[in-house]
Amino acid sequence: MDSEARQHVIDCINTGIRLDGRKTTEYRTPIKVETGVTKNAEGSAKVTIGETEVIAGVKMMIDKPYPDKPDEGTIMVGAELLPLSNPDFELGPPGIQAIELARVVDRGIRESGAIDGKKLCIKEGEMVWIISVDICTINDAGNLFDASSLAAIAAIKDAVFPEHKDGVIDYKNLTDKKLPVSKTPLSVTVHKVGPHLIVDPTTEEEAVSDARLTVAVTEDGEICAMQKGGNEPLSTEDISNMIDLAKEKIEELRALLG
Amino acid sequence: MPYTKRQDGRAFDETREIEAKVGVIKRADGSAYFRIGKTVAYAAVYGPRDLYPKFLQNPTEGVLRCNYNMMPFSGSGERVRPGANRRAKEISLVTEKALTPVVDLKQFPNAVVDVFIELPQTDAGSRCAGICAASMALADAGITMKDLVGAVSVGRVDDKIVVDLDYSEESYEGGPVADIPTAYIPTMDKFSLLQMDGRISKEQLTEALEMAKKACTRIVEEQRKALKAKFDIDVSNEGGDSDGQ
Repeated sequence: MDSEARQHVIDCINTGIRLDGRKTTEYRTPIKVETGVTKNAEGSAKVTIGETEVIAGVKMMIDKPYPDKPDEGTIMVGAELLPLSNPDFELGPPGIQAIELARVVDRGIRESGAIDGKKLCIKEGEMVWIISVDICTINDAGNLFDASSLAAIAAIKDAVFPEHKDGVIDYKNLTDKKLPVSKTPLSVTVHKVGPHLIVDPTTEEEAVSDARLTVAVTEDGEICAMQKGGNEPLSTEDISNMIDLAKEKIEELRALLG
Repeated sequence: MPYTKRQDGRAFDETREIEAKVGVIKRADGSAYFRIGKTVAYAAVYGPRDLYPKFLQNPTEGVLRCNYNMMPFSGSGERVRPGANRRAKEISLVTEKALTPVVDLKQFPNAVVDVFIELPQTDAGSRCAGICAASMALADAGITMKDLVGAVSVGRVDDKIVVDLDYSEESYEGGPVADIPTAYIPTMDKFSLLQMDGRISKEQLTEALEMAKKACTRIVEEQRKALKAKFDIDVSNEGGDSDGQ
């Protein structure tokens, strides 16, 4: 973006009405969460926030547990910033942006204790479930962080175990047994542009953001993961305000998950 | 036992249900969604844009670059490891060859048109679905084209010649099977994709290719309908006499 366009985006935020007419603390509409969107995954969800669209899918496999945790399965989150979704994304192995996105989503889910690893144990020391959650971006019109974490938890809650026998999975036949999910962490990313705090930035707004803070919160109101990004440092007051705003917005998103 | 009836009740020359849409990815210069049965493909076109590294540039004509990718959760079995494997690279190559004949590359020397094909869900026929989505996405991007490209697989299941094999037919065990992915350009009456694996006689192949032509022509009609729907052109007048008094 050239400097005049940047300044225009900032000027809009300064007046309190953003380029697309939203208030600073408003999400784009509609926000849609659709589950069961791809039949070959054990669980899946498509999230749309304004024009931003991501799909998350869950695949399960059976493997040996880690030697230090012989009775626990694992969950891992991957993210693909597909070149289909943004002219600046390139082919090839995940870059640092995709890795950060995946790790931030992963931490929100992992640290909330949403999934008890012990419940993924089939036979101690021999067989456990490995849950892979993959996030694929379809259209990046800003705020992939929030869209991705929402899609990931929705896909996890949608997932059921496939049939298996002696460690071999029959992917064609799914059971009606859901993944054991005990918490629903959700995250909201608050951006700081000059003195202002905004949520759900568009691509243009992301480009003028000085700092961002992603906050993951469980339904008990407990913060379970955070990530600060951007070049500007934050004061404790900033952090406190950003967390308050994130928590308020998370409750709005929670209502959508049902 | 002869193959007398298709599992999903289709006629032997009938494709699975088709759904086609364009303009589904707003960031892209052109995009499309193509579903045939349970196989779903998205395609996004970016360009013409500058091609780097510079030594790849061609001063006499542009470059069409295609990339086919299955999402990690799109397969019916285990998770597909993300990134290019040998299969995806080969499909990307043949997709490029299937589309190049209809694209006027002379219009954008030194530049590249990128086509990204993503499969969120597959049930056989994914390269053909990808080509169909890409064909529409190129048109949606305003790239000058000589025609649209229709693609479908045809083949043989035991003693029958069939169109648009699904996974159960590709892996049929009651007799010999041949799977022939094709792409066809109606106005040129030519094939731009032809692959095959399995066993088939030349006579059966000829019959199968005729079936492919008919099916691809119908698929191109669906593509055209989707493009017209986006640009708000009344499709009901299609083919009718539109000259006034």
